Amino acid sequence: MRRAALLALLLCAAPAAADSGLPPAALAYTQLPDAAQEAKAKALMETVRCVVCQGQSIADSDADMAGDMRAMIRQRIAAGETPAQIRKWLIARYGDYITYDPPLSAVTLPLWLAPLVLLGLGAWIARASFRRRRRTNE
Amino acid sequence: MTAEAGLAALWLAAALAGLQLLLAGLAVKRGEATLLGAVRPVAIVQGIMALIAMGALIAVFCASDMSVALVAENSHSAKPMLYKFAGAWGNHEGSMLLWVTILGLAGGAVALFERRLDERTLIATLGGQAAIALGFYAFLLFASNPFGRADPAPPDGAGLNPLLQDPGLAFHPPTLYIGYVGLSVAFSFAIGALVTRDVGPAFARAMRPWVLGAWIFLTLGITAGSYWAYYELGWGGWWFWDPVENASLMPWLAATALLHSVTVLATRDGLRAWTVMLAVVAFSMSMIGTFLVRSGILTSVHAFAVDPERGAFILALLAIYIGGALALFALRVGTVRAGNTFEFLSREGGLVINNLLLSVILGLVLIGTFYPIVAAAMGTQLSVGPPFFDGTAGPIALVLVAVMAAGPLLRWRRDDMQAVLERLMLPIAATLFAGAGVFVLSSKPVGALSLAGLALAAGLAVASVAPLWKRDLRRAPLFLYGMVVAHLGIAVTLAGMAASTTWTEERLVAARVGEPVQVGPFSVTFEGVNPVLGANWSALEARLAVQRGEDGATFYLRPQSRFFANPVTNTSESAIATTLDGQLYTVLGQPDNAGRWQLRLWWKPWVTLIWLGGAMVAIGGALSMLGHILRERRATRRAMEAAWA
Amino acid sequence: MRRWLLWLPLLALLVVLGFAARELMKPADRTVYSAMVGQPVPDFALPPLVPGKPGVAAAEFRAGQPRLINIFASWCIPCIAEAPQLMRLKEMGVPIEGIAIRDTPSAVTAFLARNGDPYRAIGDDKVSRVQLSLGSSGVPETFIIDGQGKIVKQHVGDIRADEVDAIYQAWRAAR
Repeated sequence: MRRAALLALLLCAAPAAADSGLPPAALAYTQLPDAAQEAKAKALMETVRCVVCQGQSIADSDADMAGDMRAMIRQRIAAGETPAQIRKWLIARYGDYITYDPPLSAVTLPLWLAPLVLLGLGAWIARASFRRRRRTNE
Repeated sequence: MTAEAGLAALWLAAALAGLQLLLAGLAVKRGEATLLGAVRPVAIVQGIMALIAMGALIAVFCASDMSVALVAENSHSAKPMLYKFAGAWGNHEGSMLLWVTILGLAGGAVALFERRLDERTLIATLGGQAAIALGFYAFLLFASNPFGRADPAPPDGAGLNPLLQDPGLAFHPPTLYIGYVGLSVAFSFAIGALVTRDVGPAFARAMRPWVLGAWIFLTLGITAGSYWAYYELGWGGWWFWDPVENASLMPWLAATALLHSVTVLATRDGLRAWTVMLAVVAFSMSMIGTFLVRSGILTSVHAFAVDPERGAFILALLAIYIGGALALFALRVGTVRAGNTFEFLSREGGLVINNLLLSVILGLVLIGTFYPIVAAAMGTQLSVGPPFFDGTAGPIALVLVAVMAAGPLLRWRRDDMQAVLERLMLPIAATLFAGAGVFVLSSKPVGALSLAGLALAAGLAVASVAPLWKRDLRRAPLFLYGMVVAHLGIAVTLAGMAASTTWTEERLVAARVGEPVQVGPFSVTFEGVNPVLGANWSALEARLAVQRGEDGATFYLRPQSRFFANPVTNTSESAIATTLDGQLYTVLGQPDNAGRWQLRLWWKPWVTLIWLGGAMVAIGGALSMLGHILRERRATRRAMEAAWA
Repeated sequence: MRRWLLWLPLLALLVVLGFAARELMKPADRTVYSAMVGQPVPDFALPPLVPGKPGVAAAEFRAGQPRLINIFASWCIPCIAEAPQLMRLKEMGVPIEGIAIRDTPSAVTAFLARNGDPYRAIGDDKVSRVQLSLGSSGVPETFIIDGQGKIVKQHVGDIRADEVDAIYQAWRAAR
C-alpha cells in the first residue's frame, strides 16, 4: 500500500495536506440551478462511496477526488442522464464497492433476504410465548 | 513515579479480580457464609484500584509527562488542559483502561448496593464480573500497557488528532463506555442466575435498575456522539451508518429490548430464557463493538489506530466469555422452569412484539455491518451503507413505533379488541391528521419513509401521554412518568429526523464579499475573512452577517478553517445558529482564484429535536430507574414493618 | 421451544467470530481496483498541458502500439519516488502517456525538470474526468494498454525498482 491516496486516508480531515492546490471543480461545491435535478444528484452522491476517504460518501467528503466526482455527477444529471445510468457507469469503473447500495447478486442475496429471514425466524420464536388458542370455547 | 504507581494499582486490581473469581467460585460451590462475606469487599477494593490506575494516567497526561510513551505519542504540552485531561482516553491504551475502570467500578457498585438479589446468585454474579475483568486486565497488562516509559523521553509529544480536540471528547467516550460496560452487570447477573438456576421476577426486579442505568448512559453517549459528528465533520450529517456508529447502536438496541423483556419477567414471570439470552447478547454487542473499533477490521470514518494483534486478543476474550455464556445458556436454560405464556392482545403481547422487532433490527444492523467482511471472504469488495439500513431497518422501526404507541395502552393479561381500538382512537386520528397535513401543506415532496415518520411521531406523541390521561397526576408512579417521557422522546427524535430530512435547504456557493445569499428563511452576507489565533491552532475565520426575514435582527456567524501544527491537520469548524425551529449551519471552504470563498450553508428545520428527543429518552430512563428503586425500597420497608407488627 | 434452537445464538456468534478472525488473519486488500481491466480504453481526448508536448487521445491507442498510461501529479509525493522507474521503462523503449491530475503547466514543468521526463505526451486532466473514467482511485497509477486499445493491466501505487521488469514483460506481452 503505497500511494498518495493512503496518505489522504490517514488525513481525511486535511484536504490541503495531500491534495492538489488547484481550486475545486466547478460543480464540486456549487449546486445545479434546477432544484429537482440537484435533489436527484444529491441523492445519488449520498450513495457513492469516496474511494480516497473510504469511510465516507462523496457527499460528505472534502477530498479533491470526491469533489471531482460530485462535479461529474451534477454535470451528467444536468445533461439529462438518470441517476441509475450514472450509478451503472460508476459500477462499471470501480465495481460494486463504489455504491453503498449493494447491487443484487449471488453474493448479496443473503444480505437482502436477511430482513425476511429474521422476521420469519423471530415470529416463529415469538409464537412460543403466546398461549395456544383454546380448543374449547369459554 | 505516578506512572509506576498506576501500573502497580493495575496489577493489584488484576490480582484482586483473580481472588474475587476464586472466592466466588468456592463460595457458590460450598455455600459457606465466611466465603460469601469475603467476596463483596474484594470487589469494592478492586474497583478502587482500577480507579487509582485511571487517575494516575490522567495525572501523567495533565502533567504532560513525556517520559510516558503513551503521553508522548498522543499528547502535546501546548494543548488546552481540557484536552490533556480528556486526551487520557483519546487513544487505544487509555480508552481500554477507562473500559476496565468502569468495569471494576460497576462490579464494586453491585457489591456495595445490591441487597435484593439472593446472596448466592449475587456472589455468582460478582464471580462473572471478576472473570470478565481478569481478561481485560490481562489485555491491558500484556498487550496494551498504558504506563510504559519512552526512553529517551522526547522533548514534546506528537499531539492529539484535532478532530478529537473538542469538548465532545470529555463527554462522549466516558458516557458511552459507562453504557457499554454497565451492560456487563446484566451479563454477570445472567451468568449468576444460570449458575444457580434462579430466574424469576425477583431476579428481574434486581437486574432492572442496572440495565436501566447502562441504557441511560448508552442513550446519552449515542446522542452526544451524533451531535459531535454533526457539528465536527462539517457536512451536516447526524448519522452515517458507519461501522463505529453501528457498534454503539447495537448494544443500545439489545439493551432496549432487554429493558422491556425484564419488565415482562418482573411483572408476569414470562420470557425467562429470552431475557437471560438478551442479557448475554446485550453485553456481547458491547464487546463486539469494542472489537470493531479497536481492531479496525472495518473501514470507518472514525480513524482509530488499527492493530490486528490487539484485535485478536479482544476476539479471543469475546470467544471465551460470550461463547462460554451462550454455551452455558444452551446447557442450563432447559432446566430453568418455563415461564408463563400470554394472550396475544395484551401488554405483554405488545412487549413480545417490541422485542421481536428490536431483535430483527439488531440482526439487520449486525449483518449489514459485517457483510463487507463476508463478501471479502467470497472475494468481492462491497459497501453496505445508508440505502440498505434505511431501506430495511427503517420500515421495521416505523412498525415498532406503531407498536410502541399501542403497547402502553394495552392491559396486562388480556385485552379486548373493541376497547383497544376505542383507546387508540385519538392516536390514530393524530397519525392520519398529521400525515395528511404534511402531505398537503409541505413545500417540498416528502419521501414515503419521512411521511410515515412524521405521521407516526404525531400518533406516538399523543399515545405516549395517554397513560396519564384521567389519572391523578400526583399519585401516578414515577416510573410511569419515566415511560411517558422516554416514549415522548422517541416521538420527538423521530419527528426531528423526518422533518430535517425532508425540509433541509442546502446552499453551496462561491461567495463574494457583500453579496447576500438566501438559505431557508435567512439571508446570509459574507463580509470577509480574518486570521485568528487559538491556543494551539491558527485559523481563517469568515464573518457572516445573518438576518432572518425582512426585518429580523442581524447577528454574526463565524465558521473557521483551522490549521493545527501538532499534528499537521486542517479542520473546518462549523458555526451554527440555533433557533426554536431549527439550526442554520455554516461552513467555510476554500477560496477560488477569483477572490470568492466557498461557503456551505444549511437551514435544517427541527433538526435539534433529534438530540432533544435523545435527552428526553435518557431523562425518562432516569425517572423510571428512580421510580423502580424507590418502589422496591418502600416494599422492603413495608415488609419489615409487617414483620414487626 | 425446541432444544436445538437454544444453540442458535452460539452458532450465530461463531459465524461472526469466524469471519472476524479470518479478516484479522488475512486482511482484505482495501485497494480499490479498476473494473475496467479487460475493457477497451474509454474514449477521451485530453489537451496538452506543457509546451512542446502533445495531449493524449484514446483514438491513437488503437494504432497497434502497446503503451503505458501513467496517472500522476506534481503534488503527489510517491510520484517523485516512481520517476526513476518510469525513466528506466522509457529507456527500455516503452512509450508512456502521462495524464496529469489537477495540475498546472508551471508545476508540471518544474516537476519534469527535477525528476526527469519519461512521457511521450501529457494530457491535462483538470477535474480528474479521465481518471474517473478509467476507474482509477488515486495517484500514481499505471495502466498497460495493448495494441487494440484494450486495458490489460492496472498497477496501483508507485512502481518500485523490482517491479520494472514485470511491467516491461506485461507491456511486451500486450503486443
